[in-house]
Amino acid sequence: MLGYVLRRLLYAIPILIGVNLITFLLFFVVNSPDDMARMQIGVKRATPEAIERWKVDRGYDKPMFINETKTGTARITETLFFDKSLRMFALDFGRADDGRDIATEILDRMGPSLAIALPTFLLSLFASITFALLLVFFRASYLDFWGVVLCVAMMSVSSLFYIIGGQWLVSKLWALVPISGYAGGLDAFRFLVLPVLISVIAGLGSSARWYRTIFLEEISRDYVRTARAKGLSELRVLFGHVLRNALIPVLTGVVVVIPLLFMGSLLVESFFAIPGLGSYTIDAINAQDFAVVRAMVFIGSVLYIIGLILTDLSYTLVDPRVRLE
Amino acid sequence: MEFQPVLLWTDLLLFVLVAGALLMTIHVRRHEPLRAAWRKVGQRPAGMASMTVLMAFVVIGLLDSMHFRAALPPVEGQPDAATIYSSEVLSVLDHALAPLRLRTEKTYSAPFADRLYQRETVELAGGGQTRIYPRLEHGGSHLPEGASIAADLAQHLVTILSHAGMAMLAMLTVLTLVVGRGRQGRYGDALRAILCGHTKLAWRAALVTTALISLLVAAAYVLAPLYHVIGTDKVGQDVLYLSLKSVRTALVIGTITTLVMLPFAVALGIAAGYLGGWVDDAIQYLYTVLNAIPGVLLIAAAVLMMQVVIDTHPDWFETAAERSDARLLALCFILGITSWTGLCRLLRGETLKLRELEYVQAARAFGASTATILRRHILPNVMHIVMIALVMDFSGLVLAEAVLSYVGIGVDPTTISFGTMINMARAELAREPMVWWSLAAAFAFMFVLVLAANLFADVVRDAFDPRR
Repeated sequence: MLGYVLRRLLYAIPILIGVNLITFLLFFVVNSPDDMARMQIGVKRATPEAIERWKVDRGYDKPMFINETKTGTARITETLFFDKSLRMFALDFGRADDGRDIATEILDRMGPSLAIALPTFLLSLFASITFALLLVFFRASYLDFWGVVLCVAMMSVSSLFYIIGGQWLVSKLWALVPISGYAGGLDAFRFLVLPVLISVIAGLGSSARWYRTIFLEEISRDYVRTARAKGLSELRVLFGHVLRNALIPVLTGVVVVIPLLFMGSLLVESFFAIPGLGSYTIDAINAQDFAVVRAMVFIGSVLYIIGLILTDLSYTLVDPRVRLE
Repeated sequence: MEFQPVLLWTDLLLFVLVAGALLMTIHVRRHEPLRAAWRKVGQRPAGMASMTVLMAFVVIGLLDSMHFRAALPPVEGQPDAATIYSSEVLSVLDHALAPLRLRTEKTYSAPFADRLYQRETVELAGGGQTRIYPRLEHGGSHLPEGASIAADLAQHLVTILSHAGMAMLAMLTVLTLVVGRGRQGRYGDALRAILCGHTKLAWRAALVTTALISLLVAAAYVLAPLYHVIGTDKVGQDVLYLSLKSVRTALVIGTITTLVMLPFAVALGIAAGYLGGWVDDAIQYLYTVLNAIPGVLLIAAAVLMMQVVIDTHPDWFETAAERSDARLLALCFILGITSWTGLCRLLRGETLKLRELEYVQAARAFGASTATILRRHILPNVMHIVMIALVMDFSGLVLAEAVLSYVGIGVDPTTISFGTMINMARAELAREPMVWWSLAAAFAFMFVLVLAANLFADVVRDAFDPRR
């Protein structure tokens, strides 16, 4: 088991290097630091001196891959690739355009992101699995039919409308919670209820329908017939047997997301002005702060790989037959 | 010539797509198993109804894809000068909707209103000022002062109903003729079968959907020249016009994205599954890396890059339309790069299974070349997965476009799309009293399009997936 995890971690290194190369290509080769400077300063005012100053200020004045002016290891370390890309492996993300350290910023913003993502994740998992089991319980009836129709209709609404509609109805019309904002401590609850609720509802349609298909596939198996033959009630069959055995396909989709939770949700956070990582990313995109976007890409891919490994590990917990060697 | 045709890149790809669809229809008609699968789609009322709705959207999108530049009127006193074409690129849809496009108001006006939505200070004739809701320049301008709008609408109701009824009768006649010919000319029988829903294909569902659509079209046709049917936005543009223009953007994103990446996904997926070894490793590595990058961020990064490239090379584009089209196409490519991995993995898995089947092994034993086996034996047998993935992805892409454009990494801000519409409407919700109609219009159009696509995708999956 430990050997397996170690091997998977080793396997992750080439993937991370690949991610790094792709982002480096995107941010530095397709679009040279000169272009970036010109965009940021404004095309009209971009004199060669201004561009040079901008590059020196932000450390973009080094050569791409090999520094011919230096000797020894400095030939490699005094380059953009080392500075901007390889340093990320040591979690050294450098500074954002506003001068703040990206790593501390990420640490600060993790809390609010988790505070919204974790309850959303748990609640939507619970809600959609319950809803799906309910539909399976009433399968091939009108309730099932209209439930699926409801799911399809809910899937067809853009998440933007859930947020806009929810904010308008709950915050503006009923004035139950503030429209947006965030506060620390217990006070946060007031600000978090609505975004969590909206995210749960927005995702309910597609995930409930997906779980329903998984459960329906499972319910046609032989062991379910045996369980019924033993005289178990349908509810016991569903919750005791089907849910348990359907966990593997459910986990496949679910565990990967867990580490990504801390990246927060871009849309919800920016709509509700929650100072998490999602809104940080959106702000960086809008301000064209490439250093932040690059850092977030790197963190995102690290978390994704962790998620993949966790998925495999979770299989062994659910199904003792799975052996990781 | 009165106009100069303009072929944008996305237009070209859309037309290629339509041509491909026509070729596929011919192909399907010749092959019984495919015909049977499509017949299954047609037998479901949901399939027929959603197909009808999608067709209506496709017609709008295609009309909006035929672009041209109109000739400017010749300058006085220079009779021999060469014709100069306007720098504004219009589409056939723009031309047809010219009244909607050109009749802009000052600012917001509610649906079916004849007055502006906000007060304005007007100079009185006898000196002094007063604050009133001024009359609109175009909306309801045919009415005399003080006339009731409701009464005017009621008057038009008869015209609308008769237009829609006529369209329905025409449709029913054509259908009866078609179905009746299949029944050796028993037309009365055919008519009864259609109306009772007893035909093999679910014609009645298509008929009902067409009825609803023609009712809406008739209403728009009669009323849109007189009123702003869904109001106007901040700069006084007709919201109905904006909504109709958004349809093309949504269709382009939904179809071309998958189209441009389909060859890669299919080729790489099949190659990885069939060849195995280092090819498999390399391809798996490639898609794991792409998958590992959070989709939105990869899109954001790539779009930012594209924007820089487009901004630094203004000389590449002759007109503003070409520039925003380039960005739209770039967005399609970028979305495609992030979305081909799923299909590629599915195809790899299926090919792994297929290559061990007897007929493939037999082909190998007979000495068929790898290329032949891939083309003749593997490819046709994974096409159902491709087909299903194509229709399933469509609705997700339409929704993604709206979100991305809202975030500011989607289409060019000058391109009319559901995302840019929602983005503009955002500030309007905070106004007092609220301006709700542009949001409602974007919601309704998007919902109908995505719902139809979702229903259609379901039916297609049921029909083509052999496991169901």
